[in-house]
Amino acid sequence: MSTTNYIGKAPSRVDGPAKVTGAATYAAEYNVPGLTYGWVVSSPIAKGKITKIHADEVLVLPGVLQVFSHENVPSLAWFDRSYKDQVAPGGSPFRPLHDNEIKFSQQPVALIVAENFELARYAASVLRIEYEAAPHETNLETKRQEGFEPGRGKTGYMPPPPPRGNPDKAWEEAAHRMEAEYVHGTQHHNPMELFATTVEYHANGKITAYDKTQGVYNVQAYLTKIFGLSKDNCRVVNEYMGGGFGSGLRPQYQVFLAVLAALELKRSVRVTLTRQQMFSFGHRPHTLQYLKLATNPDGTLAAVQHHALHETSQFEDYTENVVNWSGMLYQCDNVKLGYQLAKLDVYTPLDMRAPGAATGSIGLEVAMDEMAYAAGLDPLEFRLRNYAEKDQNMNKPFSSKKLRDCYHQGAAKFGWDKRTQEPRSMRDADGKLVGWGIGGGAWDASQMKSAAKATITADGKLLVLSASGENGTGTYTIMTQIAAETLGLPLEAVTFRLGDTDQPEAPLQGGSWTAASVGTAVKNTCEALGEKLLKLAQKMEGSPLKNANFEDVEFVNGQIRLRTDANQAVVLRDVLQASGEAKIEVDGSAMPNMVKQMPYSMHSHNMVFAEVKVDEDLGTVHVTRVLNAVAAGRILNQKTARSQVLGSVVWGISMALMEETVMDHKFGRYMNHNYAEYHVPVNADIHDIDVIFVEEEDDIVNPLGVKGIGEVGMLGVAAAIANAVFHATGKRVRDLPIMIDKLL
Amino acid sequence: MIQHPTTSSAGGLAAPPPAGTVRLTINGQLHTLEIAPWTTLLDALREYLHLTGTKKGCDHGQCGACTVLVEGKRINSCLTLAVMHEGEEITTIEGLGTQENLHPLQQAFVDHDAFQCGYCTPGQICSAQGLINEGKAHTEAEIRELMSGNLCRCGAYVGILNAVKEVVDKGIKNYELKIKN
Amino acid sequence: MNSFTYHRATAIGDAVQEKAEHPGSAYIGGGTNLLDLMKENVERPTHLVSVGKLPLAAIESLPDGGLRLGAMATNADTAWHEDVKQRYPLLNQAILAGASPQLRNMATNGGNLMQRTRCYYFYDLATPCNKREPGSGCSAIGGYNRIHAILGTSEACIATHPSDMCVALAALAPSVRVSGPNGERSIPFEDFHRLPGNEPEKDNTLEPGELILSLDLPAQGFSKNFSYLKLRDRSSYAFALISVAAALELDGHIITDARLALGGVAHKPWRDQAAENLLKGQPATAETFARVAARVVENAQGQGSNDFKIELARRAIVRALKQAAEGTQKASDVFLNSNP
Repeated sequence: MSTTNYIGKAPSRVDGPAKVTGAATYAAEYNVPGLTYGWVVSSPIAKGKITKIHADEVLVLPGVLQVFSHENVPSLAWFDRSYKDQVAPGGSPFRPLHDNEIKFSQQPVALIVAENFELARYAASVLRIEYEAAPHETNLETKRQEGFEPGRGKTGYMPPPPPRGNPDKAWEEAAHRMEAEYVHGTQHHNPMELFATTVEYHANGKITAYDKTQGVYNVQAYLTKIFGLSKDNCRVVNEYMGGGFGSGLRPQYQVFLAVLAALELKRSVRVTLTRQQMFSFGHRPHTLQYLKLATNPDGTLAAVQHHALHETSQFEDYTENVVNWSGMLYQCDNVKLGYQLAKLDVYTPLDMRAPGAATGSIGLEVAMDEMAYAAGLDPLEFRLRNYAEKDQNMNKPFSSKKLRDCYHQGAAKFGWDKRTQEPRSMRDADGKLVGWGIGGGAWDASQMKSAAKATITADGKLLVLSASGENGTGTYTIMTQIAAETLGLPLEAVTFRLGDTDQPEAPLQGGSWTAASVGTAVKNTCEALGEKLLKLAQKMEGSPLKNANFEDVEFVNGQIRLRTDANQAVVLRDVLQASGEAKIEVDGSAMPNMVKQMPYSMHSHNMVFAEVKVDEDLGTVHVTRVLNAVAAGRILNQKTARSQVLGSVVWGISMALMEETVMDHKFGRYMNHNYAEYHVPVNADIHDIDVIFVEEEDDIVNPLGVKGIGEVGMLGVAAAIANAVFHATGKRVRDLPIMIDKLL
Repeated sequence: MIQHPTTSSAGGLAAPPPAGTVRLTINGQLHTLEIAPWTTLLDALREYLHLTGTKKGCDHGQCGACTVLVEGKRINSCLTLAVMHEGEEITTIEGLGTQENLHPLQQAFVDHDAFQCGYCTPGQICSAQGLINEGKAHTEAEIRELMSGNLCRCGAYVGILNAVKEVVDKGIKNYELKIKN
Repeated sequence: MNSFTYHRATAIGDAVQEKAEHPGSAYIGGGTNLLDLMKENVERPTHLVSVGKLPLAAIESLPDGGLRLGAMATNADTAWHEDVKQRYPLLNQAILAGASPQLRNMATNGGNLMQRTRCYYFYDLATPCNKREPGSGCSAIGGYNRIHAILGTSEACIATHPSDMCVALAALAPSVRVSGPNGERSIPFEDFHRLPGNEPEKDNTLEPGELILSLDLPAQGFSKNFSYLKLRDRSSYAFALISVAAALELDGHIITDARLALGGVAHKPWRDQAAENLLKGQPATAETFARVAARVVENAQGQGSNDFKIELARRAIVRALKQAAEGTQKASDVFLNSNP
């Protein structure tokens, strides 16, 4: 018998048919009448001043409507706080077209608006702008001695905890020690969809901004503050996002430019960035990490020291939690963590999938591998000996932590016991070196305030709204599942809509908190609707539920029925019809239960097992097998959650072997600013990937017991691959990505 | 002093090219457009015909999101001019199937969860149809290689391989391309 | 992109005449490289002469036993052509190692020869580049030059030719048949591309207005013992860091004839005839291959980030020659030799 229990099952994406037929509409695809097109002109220099813009030369072209620049931008909000968005770091946000000062290469310096796309592109190609260049500094290596400790500032940033024990002495006196520096370069999110905004200018002066963003409310607040619009006059919509990975957490400059142009010209405007311009804003920062680990003779950690230095811009202090993980992932009483920033003439970095943790787990998990070898221990056994039963940073127990199950189940399925410890000791049938490595990490299980609205109509159809986002994570699907299960409706009877400031507010779609936050709001709201429906059911003639409390009933298979006696039931559609109401709707919300959560450290965990094959002569590495064992609480949808982890593994492979945005410091400019030379994996790079979700119950994190799955899967993947490369070749590469030249 | 662009000549800019009539047959339907030669096939589809299922991911032939079929062969619509395709049969994702009547590849992509954000997906599916039309890929390794002209930043390659493999294995050789609009 | 007009050529003569009558015009075949560069404002032709539909797409046998590849045949149709697969499998493999299936369906054989470099600085108008703007300087020298040349460079330019197909062609030595304002002529492939010298803006030796008609392959196809080896930063859809086309004729284990060409190392597909001569008459052994590989990179010069290419090229040559001698690589509909 079919059932309306959907949570934890594997239904296909409800938005799948729209996506595979091209019917899903992304920001640049709204068909707006009378549309004009904006093209962004970017600075060729990294620092200096604009001295002249020859706008008059292109304004003579028929169909070119305006050249917006600092010379003609109208008076806008003055104070920095107007430009601060929900996740702005400390400092002074970049204001597009604000003045003639150039702060980073590819800074937007003008927007050309024309009657059609090609004309705007042409005008941009012939617009002459004169600059006066000033000396710039873009090389983190020159700033090793100029790091500074940032203040708080950004939501979610936690300064490293103070040292505990005596980490220096413990390291000096330990039986086995290691110390090393780990580096990875700058990386750019590069979602497939280009950043774009289509602003529809309505006759009454209102605007609707179809904008690529991970938070429509964040963008709405930004626009209303800067342009002095009321919220009623500024609707922001994003129903589908072609990948975000953090790049859409902050409003990007194209939305500013498109709205500016629309308001000034009183026309609808579309601005789409080029792929090259996708390298002109936030990025994962170039980071240097220094780790010192030491072990006692019994293989327990004697000391952990982890210091990190990464870049930020001249105008904002971007922060992420890089080193804190090293104080909580393994049991150790002597810990010292340090975290510094250095200012460069670049744009401000921006959270990129598992920000901080993806970086920190490379340092810690490769260091742990080095330490295991120094101590003569199998890397997995070494981790087991240092298993953290509580979070020593916060001195709190974990709300749940099934990492040990990840170790054991992962090892069994991967066949870890067949590994020989000695580097260069394993080969395949063709004689290629084989290496197996592991790595893992932890990610915060968070919940943010969130709201939703649920409406059921007489035909038994349920509509649920919450202004969350869908950037591939499966939001439409899991929210539909939660709503359907809560009210006992078939999936087909439920529609979940998101991404519109006309809907109840949801948090930014990031931090792996959407399932917990919006999911709980959807659950609460549907339960509130259920209470209303029960009351209506009780009014029905001869209702078997007359004396039932809400706790006594369940909503299953289109019925409300007694938990104790499934035969005592009423059909939901009958209730609706008997009520005489055309529709019933409720607003609801959810907040984290702070009192319940406060005593606990709440995290998801994972362990990755990776196999590489290395052609030693030619320096080529292929990741032939990856198993990712994840403990992330309850899995709402086995299919979409698995896809998130599969994608995370691809990201990890990419980080380990391919991704790096290379700066030419002479020009202060990223040079491989395209998809041909900024490499991410193609299909041929990806081989067997397996995912295990270990059972993990947690009623502390939130009523659904979910911890989020978007980032945890990426942790430790790059480290596991780097460790596998060492196991295969005996070469320890500490500078990612591991490209051919580093293995020759 | 640096000028942008470095190759520009002050004054006397060339006038924009005049628009002309371009006739394109897309998904079995003839469209008449008034566009200048500088309009790419991709922009003609997206900005002039509002067939936005074909995606722009890089505009430089480096990602495959803009893949369409011309005379049954997969191409990057961003690196060709619309005017170069008069008289040819162009098939876009909208011509393969509808939400109510999915093409076997579209169904397989849904079943295997062969996408996340969905932005590369129409290009992947058109590319897979091109691969099937070519008839050169049979093994997993061959499908991976011949699907490598389509980036997926979400990293759905495992699902993409399984979806394409399933349809290849079913031997749906030349699926009727022209589903009626 | 700049403003341009467009003409679809109706015949070869029409194309050549149209080009001659429009200064600043360019031929467009598949468009995969030209439109890319036009969008970057690196190329700014004022008039396009479309030659893609000219009757130059045939692939047909020549009386001397060779094979004529029409300039407008697509890379895909060429790679998958039965005669190419049977008689010139090296070419089949090299073409399929390049670009992507979609691009190979668009790109023409003539256009493949006309590809311009992938040098970052050539592509970016914010940086000086002698190839794009003669006299402005070479930013790659002393800059980020991981993908740049190690052989045949000049003080003006260290760019590489990006093609895979042309590396196989360099080994197979076709003649390039062209037509121009002064009539038809044939250019030996070896002489078609040029080294940068003091004129890096010139990629090849075509005269103004000349149009490629075909590539005429000689009969000798090295169909038994060959290898196309490509090393790159990912498994597919990436330009070569180093590629090697190796082709041998063997009598027992003695090499009687040899061809050796490299991609990713120079301004042109780099055929080394001295190395080929060193192979001839020698046993097909690891020692021979090592000696020859050392000879090829003897005068190689690194530029900093690409220093590794010298050693990588040496090792890749040894591997490719070994594979060629073993005869393990075969014509195929799919290139799978990037995981050798």
